[in-house]
Amino acid sequence: MVEVQRTETAGARVIGRVMLYALLILFALYYLMPLFVMLTTSLKTLDDIRGGNLIALPEQVSFDAWIKAWSSACTGVNCGGLSGNFWNSVSFVLPAVAISTLIGALNGYVLTMWRFRGSDVFFTLLLIGCFIPFQVVLLPMAQTLGWLGIANSTTGLIFVHVVYGLAFTTLFFRNFYVSIPEELVKAARIDGAGFFRIFWRIILPLSPPILVVCVIWQFTQIWNDFLFGVVFSSGERQPITVALNNLVNTSTGVKEYNVDMAAAIIAGLPTLFVYVVAGKYFVRGLTAGSVKG
Amino acid sequence: MNSSRADAALSPPPGKKLRDYVETALPKIVLGPTLACALVFVYGFVLWTAWLSFTESRLLPRYDLVGFIQYVALFENDRWWIALKNLAIFGSLFIGICLVTGLLLAILLDQRIRAEGFLRAVYLYPMALSFIVTGTAWRWILNPGLGIEHLVRQLGFETFTFDWIVTPGMSIYTVVIAGAWQSSGFVMALFLAGLRGVDDSIIKAAQVDGAGPVRIYTRIIIPSLRPVFFSALIILAHIAIKSFDLVMALTGGGPGFSSDLPATFMYVFAFNRNQIGLGAASAMMMLLTVVAIIVPMMYAETRRQHRG
Amino acid sequence: MSSLTIRNIRKVFGAVEVLKDIALRIDAGEFLILVGPSGCGKSTLLNILAGLDTATSGEILIGDKVVNNLSPKDRDIAMVFQSYALYPNMTVRQNISFGLEMRRVPKQEQGEIVDRVAKILQMAHLLDRKPAQLSGGQRQRVAMGRAIARDPQLFLFDEPLSNLDAKLRVEMRTEIKLLHDRLKATIVYVTHDQIEAMTLGSKIAVMQGGEIRQFGSPQEIYDRPADLFVAGFIGSPSMNFIKAQAVEDAGGVGLQLQTADGPFVLPLREAGEALRPRMGKTLILGVRPEQISDSGTVLRTARYAYARKFRIELVEPTGPDTLLFVRINGETVCCRVRPEQACAAGESMELAFDLSKAVFFDPDSGKRIG
Repeated sequence: MVEVQRTETAGARVIGRVMLYALLILFALYYLMPLFVMLTTSLKTLDDIRGGNLIALPEQVSFDAWIKAWSSACTGVNCGGLSGNFWNSVSFVLPAVAISTLIGALNGYVLTMWRFRGSDVFFTLLLIGCFIPFQVVLLPMAQTLGWLGIANSTTGLIFVHVVYGLAFTTLFFRNFYVSIPEELVKAARIDGAGFFRIFWRIILPLSPPILVVCVIWQFTQIWNDFLFGVVFSSGERQPITVALNNLVNTSTGVKEYNVDMAAAIIAGLPTLFVYVVAGKYFVRGLTAGSVKG
Repeated sequence: MNSSRADAALSPPPGKKLRDYVETALPKIVLGPTLACALVFVYGFVLWTAWLSFTESRLLPRYDLVGFIQYVALFENDRWWIALKNLAIFGSLFIGICLVTGLLLAILLDQRIRAEGFLRAVYLYPMALSFIVTGTAWRWILNPGLGIEHLVRQLGFETFTFDWIVTPGMSIYTVVIAGAWQSSGFVMALFLAGLRGVDDSIIKAAQVDGAGPVRIYTRIIIPSLRPVFFSALIILAHIAIKSFDLVMALTGGGPGFSSDLPATFMYVFAFNRNQIGLGAASAMMMLLTVVAIIVPMMYAETRRQHRG
Repeated sequence: MSSLTIRNIRKVFGAVEVLKDIALRIDAGEFLILVGPSGCGKSTLLNILAGLDTATSGEILIGDKVVNNLSPKDRDIAMVFQSYALYPNMTVRQNISFGLEMRRVPKQEQGEIVDRVAKILQMAHLLDRKPAQLSGGQRQRVAMGRAIARDPQLFLFDEPLSNLDAKLRVEMRTEIKLLHDRLKATIVYVTHDQIEAMTLGSKIAVMQGGEIRQFGSPQEIYDRPADLFVAGFIGSPSMNFIKAQAVEDAGGVGLQLQTADGPFVLPLREAGEALRPRMGKTLILGVRPEQISDSGTVLRTARYAYARKFRIELVEPTGPDTLLFVRINGETVCCRVRPEQACAAGESMELAFDLSKAVFFDPDSGKRIG
């Protein structure tokens, strides 16, 4: 009796496991499908696209669409492809990431190790700032950038992304530094080290994990941004996301889906690359703010 | 020991008072710029936008107050109502689908799966993409001429139609599809982290008490994930309310303006149609929506935690 | 090494007065213990001494120098923390020399000092390890080494043994004591452990509620506690407090006591002289467990004692002694006897009160009488 029941449960177990894996694989296919479709479509010729279907493999692999997307596709009036916009994005994303991360690290350091009356209020103030929809600041910011003379410039975009990234970078570092014992700083103060020396010699050497998380998070956020790009830049200065959107929405001429897809992959490649290389930290960044805070 | 050491180094150097003063003030000096940024560029700008929403600003900002004219105009505008209705549809479906798939995937992955790391990476990679890229991809997949509709018809279902993306009233649902595809993996990651954080001894105690796996999940594990639900809900609500890029890339708010959301409405009126006052009013309404949804949620949750 | 003088230190956080008018002085080379329950203000006081926190008012002098306005690095102090606070990214050697480097001690001299300190603390073999590779006891040692290397005017210890297990704690306690004897250092040591306080200190300040309840040598504090709090806090098991009425007894003062077997008067003789003015009033008798013991032992050693049969309610052997519990005036009273003298619970045995060291407290003020 017991034996029979045991084999039954074992059988049920196997069936259960098979169904479990089937379900998981099905979901995986669903999530991978758009990437697959993008990739295959970008490698097809237009005829191939019209003749085949969504999931068919290319009859013959062609990189023409990629070349066109990179160097000669038209977005609005410009027909120089997305390469210029790609380097635009690089040129403001990197400084914005570096600056916002550095300031965030210093802020987090102060908020945990050098707390003073009002510093908690400050942090709350900053946190609430995370929740405002950016639409509320667009109009004043457009005007302010004009006054500062940095409208439609790389500097302007760096400025905007740093300003609105600080809340998150500060949050990251603060939550990380909270777990470092304050005594470390006290000991260093008694040992004779000052504010910056302690940061540089004691705190920063402990920070690589959170630095990676923060840099990846900021990089993904700023690279993928569309709202600030579309509002605060125009023409040749636009970041790649805006250029991609323009390309896809250009209604003149024949719709070249293969070029659209190649362009989309180009726009997504840097963040995808980061995700593949450092996915663990990416996930940590995503969950850091929410689980802890 | 060693009393010869460094008496010189210990005797206070001249000007120490000033140096000490700077040293004590340093933390505040370091926070200063960020504080200024927050006060001016967040809180100040919110007030500025609020001011603009009470003016007749069109192409250029004007600062003489005219009362609630813009808000009245906003709520007499059909397009705004469509945007609000779409936000309700999109918000509830997007949040619902993300929570359900996210939790389901997390529970499935929590069964000691081989290649869990790989599967997790697959479910989560869309989160690394820009909504613009996601929108572009799904715009192609969903287009009736050559996309899924075409594919299914080729498979022999001649009358199959799936043209939501070009059908007014249905296009907002395509935004839900693409949005859920992008964000559900993130919710999965949150829940998985939560599941892993559940105290093992509680589960063992339940097993000893004779509870089966289903009961353990429904009665013990899922209730203990309440804080994760709460975080996910807040983040998803936030994504939904400010959703802009996805609509722009996927439907451009179309056909017509049938898939407009408040965020696209705001952009179009403030920057394309030169109705700064109306744009400001719609932005303020978005802010109020966030406040109205998130503040009570956070309040309820913190109160619950305090009691617990 | 320097003396330390604390003059009327007050610390107010908002509406809460954390430290109320703290004043004390120790000489160079003394070992001061700040002991008290958590929240008594002892750590705040230590932080103020270190310059990590500021006093609302009052003065601190290290030697003859007022240091109130000096930052921690200019006070010439060293501190050992409960969490050790070793810099995780540095080796033991770097940890020890960091403070010297900050003070611009020449490189070569740094090396010499590190080697000497490592020798004193027998940790030369650990110098190139990172803190994460050390055991709790070794970390503790490094933390002390870092303090010693600086050769400061004043050492501050903030519950340095709390994170160690019981056995190691006893070992390190002995080591700290030896170190103090060897370095002749002035030390301020915060702890909540009254045994550490008794064994290490040359002076103890018992703190509670932001006040110093008593300041004196360990024996003084043990034998003549200033009030009920100090009496109860120092000593383990705690002093017994028995509320009783002072009554006339053969021309002297006695205490009216009551056990399950009936009432009796405990004659105080000389010990009760100070209580004469309080005849008829209620007061509190404080008597330590070892002062109620088997009559054989007590009668042999005490100047005067009172013996009587008591019914034993509970027996707790601890090894060296056995604790017996009896009920007097409704209070459970702990007595300490030699194991071989102990009887079983429920039985009766003769116990003697050694009254020469008994103390009495005013039930209203809690202060010791006399």
